[in-house]
Amino acid sequence: MTRLAVPKTYKLYIGGKFPRSESGRVYEIRSHSGEFLANAAQASRKDARDAVVVARGSLGGWAGATPYNRGQVLYRIAELLEGRRAQFVDEIMQSEGVTTAVASAQVDEAIDRWVWYAGWADKYVQVAGNANPVSGPFFNISVPEPTGIVAIVAPQSGGSLLGIVSAIAPALVAGNTVVVVANQSAPLSAISLSEVLATSDVPGGVVNILTGSPAEIAPWLASHADVNAIDLLGAGALDWVDLQIAAADTLKRVLPPENGEDAATPSLERILAFTETKTVWHTKALI
Amino acid sequence: MTSTQLATRERTLAVLGGEATDTNLRRYLHGIPGIDAVGLEQRAAGLGTRSIKTTSKKWAIDTIIRLIDLTTLEGADTPGKVRSLVAKAMNPDPSHPSTPRVAAVCVYGDMVPDAVAALGAAHSNGTDSGINVAAVATAFPSGRASLAVKLSDTSDAVAAGADEIDMVIDRGAFLSGRYGQVFDEIVAVREACKRENGTYAHLKVILETGELNTYDNVRRASWLAILAGGDFIKTSTGKVAPAATLPVTLSMLEVVRDWHRLTGEKIGVKPAGGIRTSKDAIKYLVTVAETVGEEWLQPHLFRFGASSLLNDVLLQRQKMTTGHYSGPDYVTID
Amino acid sequence: MNFLDYAPAPESQAILNLQSDYGLFIDGEFVAGRGTPFSTINPATEKQIAMIAHANAADVDAAVAAARRAYDGVWSRLSGSDRGKYLFRIARLVQERARELAVAESLDNGKPIKESRDVDVPLVAAWFFYYAGWADKLDHAGAGPNPSSLGVAAQVIPWNFPLLMLAWKIAPALAAGNTVVLKPAETTSLTALLFAEILQQADLPAGVVNIITGAGDTGSLLVNHPDVNKVAFTGSTNVGRAIARSVAGTDKKLTLELGGKAANIVFDDAPIDQAIEGIVNGIFFNQGQVCCAGSRLLVQESIHDDVVDRLKQRLSTLRLGDPLDKNTDIGAINSAAQLERIRTLSDIGEQEGAERWTADCAIPENGFWFAPTIFTNVSTSHRIARDEIFGPVLSVLSFRTPAEAIAKANNTPYGLSAGIWSDKGSRILAVADKLRAGVIWANTFNRFDPASPFGGYKESGYGREGGRHGLAAYLKPANSRPVLTAAAPAPAIETASVVEPAGAPAASPTANATAPAPKPAAGKKAAK
Repeated sequence: MTRLAVPKTYKLYIGGKFPRSESGRVYEIRSHSGEFLANAAQASRKDARDAVVVARGSLGGWAGATPYNRGQVLYRIAELLEGRRAQFVDEIMQSEGVTTAVASAQVDEAIDRWVWYAGWADKYVQVAGNANPVSGPFFNISVPEPTGIVAIVAPQSGGSLLGIVSAIAPALVAGNTVVVVANQSAPLSAISLSEVLATSDVPGGVVNILTGSPAEIAPWLASHADVNAIDLLGAGALDWVDLQIAAADTLKRVLPPENGEDAATPSLERILAFTETKTVWHTKALI
Repeated sequence: MTSTQLATRERTLAVLGGEATDTNLRRYLHGIPGIDAVGLEQRAAGLGTRSIKTTSKKWAIDTIIRLIDLTTLEGADTPGKVRSLVAKAMNPDPSHPSTPRVAAVCVYGDMVPDAVAALGAAHSNGTDSGINVAAVATAFPSGRASLAVKLSDTSDAVAAGADEIDMVIDRGAFLSGRYGQVFDEIVAVREACKRENGTYAHLKVILETGELNTYDNVRRASWLAILAGGDFIKTSTGKVAPAATLPVTLSMLEVVRDWHRLTGEKIGVKPAGGIRTSKDAIKYLVTVAETVGEEWLQPHLFRFGASSLLNDVLLQRQKMTTGHYSGPDYVTID
Repeated sequence: MNFLDYAPAPESQAILNLQSDYGLFIDGEFVAGRGTPFSTINPATEKQIAMIAHANAADVDAAVAAARRAYDGVWSRLSGSDRGKYLFRIARLVQERARELAVAESLDNGKPIKESRDVDVPLVAAWFFYYAGWADKLDHAGAGPNPSSLGVAAQVIPWNFPLLMLAWKIAPALAAGNTVVLKPAETTSLTALLFAEILQQADLPAGVVNIITGAGDTGSLLVNHPDVNKVAFTGSTNVGRAIARSVAGTDKKLTLELGGKAANIVFDDAPIDQAIEGIVNGIFFNQGQVCCAGSRLLVQESIHDDVVDRLKQRLSTLRLGDPLDKNTDIGAINSAAQLERIRTLSDIGEQEGAERWTADCAIPENGFWFAPTIFTNVSTSHRIARDEIFGPVLSVLSFRTPAEAIAKANNTPYGLSAGIWSDKGSRILAVADKLRAGVIWANTFNRFDPASPFGGYKESGYGREGGRHGLAAYLKPANSRPVLTAAAPAPAIETASVVEPAGAPAASPTANATAPAPKPAAGKKAAK
């Protein structure tokens, strides 16, 4: 007699905890070949609202952590991901119907991407900031600072793990907190990533992961007055212009959708997209 | 004017170079060197890394107990609760009779008669031996009441047998620059501490550092309280976060050290609220010893305002006595 | 009882697993040196810790050859991201073995365990972590797109921060794609050799880092070796000068981090309690054996007496003794030679008329010790105000105006660091502008961070370590023009014969040894 498996219940990731959707809804996750895999929580606008509240609450601590510390925390995600490699490979194969080699390559790239972004945490200010040679007896320096809460629509196609990692890692580097809507049809990677994050050193509330319908949730995030920026990376199939228009009400910083294999290529620009440059003047005088 | 008032006034005149007016006080308090917060916190953290072992630790543990103002300040306090607290103060660890007694019990003013009665012969009653009764007064914790109310609050407690009065300063007045008012209130409360026989209950002045916000403010308020005649300066009511921290206490100890350099007088310091473990308390002992000197580690110059600290210290003490770790079931709740 | 005496709280040495003899770390393995081994001692007890190999010319050749092979065959071909991963591994291993490294460092160097535990070793890990992140981001390093590495780097480090200086040298060199031959100081080789074990645990390709031990002759052979492309030296100004001469006419890129005589300027509006702490930290950190130590205290006249008074009071609470005791503030002087130098210069200070005050503390019977000492009534012409003492000795001078403070602070051939204490931001920034020194600390002192460049003006050396600037020492722009080199071999240079405060190698003209390197044993790495 074969052993009966104990399937896992998949939930949202908000404030470092794993709640069900307040709406009580779930939706079916099916494998690439159409078999039932599990039920995922289907987040509502109220779940998105709750996520924004905890993202705001954790912003001070995360943005205020030393860059060195943020770098260590992000690097540790890579370490933990490496330890769970097999699980991710397995889930990617099921969800995306790819070979072991392709799935492995995706996981490797996702791990390396965390490492790459982790290294930026204590460097991007050096590269993007500068002393300004103003005319006059002034010390003048410009430094980038995190924008605040970044709402993200994760890529809805392509590699499901690499997609969400490419979307959230750059926003975290500078000290932003994020609310991300996962890949709707292949959310397993995002859900497992939330388990990695929960056991990592990332403080609760810094990353909040919602599974469900981007079309339903994104408009609420785009119009939410306490969201400071929105990355529409994976919103290409939505009415993303409307989302941009909604975001304009509170002048959110917006990154447009990207499509194709090289979507969200790692870059310094993606980090700087969610920063504000602050320039400080200070007098210099002996007398 | 009474003789204490005269003494305080003369000293103030000498230090300030004039009457304790808003202007004179401002000129003086704002002329004190500033505090660099980063450096202060770094120094406090450094003191916190001292490693206290074996004989030193044993001594430290007993010293902490001797320095505790065992406190209950709840709206729900009852005579029964106060009796229980007093019993704990007199006999902190029934299974280890060698355990020293705490310095004082600290209660609301209306509970003073209950505390005095419960202490009985153990009450110091103005002498140097025994357990003191400390009462919070002056519309504790907010201090938002008329001066008349604050003074009667104080004199009632003293009349009921309080040996020490823990008053709060008017933070509103302090933050808006009415230093003279804060000064005058402390002087008046000090006078209200006078007993019928002409002696005075000890006066601890609570700065409520959590509301003063900056170390510079804490330093100025410390000077102000000492100039006005406080015997002790105390960090917090315990009702506002943050309460006592090591850097805040260090900054107050530095004022006490400088005051001693200036006048030869020794002022006490009482961190209160938030000190819950013996490990934390030992850091305070180290900070006191290395800032003002070991002499300050006596009940008339240093106190811990705490409630849960005592049991953690007792657990440590049991560990040192028996050689194995103890558990919360082996210390009494008060 | 006297609480302030604090019962002994020694850090356990049980964590150490030292060998009685150490070889050279060449091509990924420990091999015997061909020179005469020497002993490394605990400066707090004068007892031997271990025997250390002495690399001779053939060993230096072997090490450089291994570094060259590793450069050509592996390291220069590796992606930046893979180089970075090795550095991240090293950073993590340093964190994991932090306590062991701290104990070894205090044992071998004499510095208090609280410093090696809370400052040196955490900074070592941070340095590798920081530069690990740079390895795949060199396009942003400031040398333009696709910058290239230099080749084999010869690195010679001093004894005052043995492991930290190793990290300052190795981390950026590897991140930029160079391979390394490093020589630790003669009296402090131990942690470098433990670090070699970490490299084995990290599986770093053989030859990428080679660690050769020895005295000044070994260092000289290394920096003068014809097959090194880069020389990085931290130590005394005299040796630095000799090295600068010796690389003249070659295409070796050179960075030097040398001596200092830093001014620590205290204005009358300073946050006084923090200034006192800063002065203490500035000159008594690591027993004052710090090139950037704030050894010249410049105090505004109006607060001079008060500051000196408070300083003496504070110094009286410093605890001198067993470096491994967690409560020790002042450890042992690193060597008998260094102690002698401190004594000599202090005696000269007295002879020249400065007033000497020494903290009252018991000096242990064995070992090398010097109690915290302050000289007042010092004038700018006194030797104790000009020479680097490299010990726990503070010279106090006074000034009346900011202009005078600046003039006095700059009145030195050195220019490594300076401190400013004031509550007035505009004054701090203006004074900082006018000071001729590479690092200016305001309302703090002796702060180090991998993200922050460090290095000197004038005779304190050139080049910067730390931060983005630290990479410049190990990179060149793509398609950079070849450096013009002299046709003839470099001229011989005289041997530096003075006692070197930083225990650095005396450069000697016996360089360019041409003995063929023996083939290192092929195959597996030494015991892991």
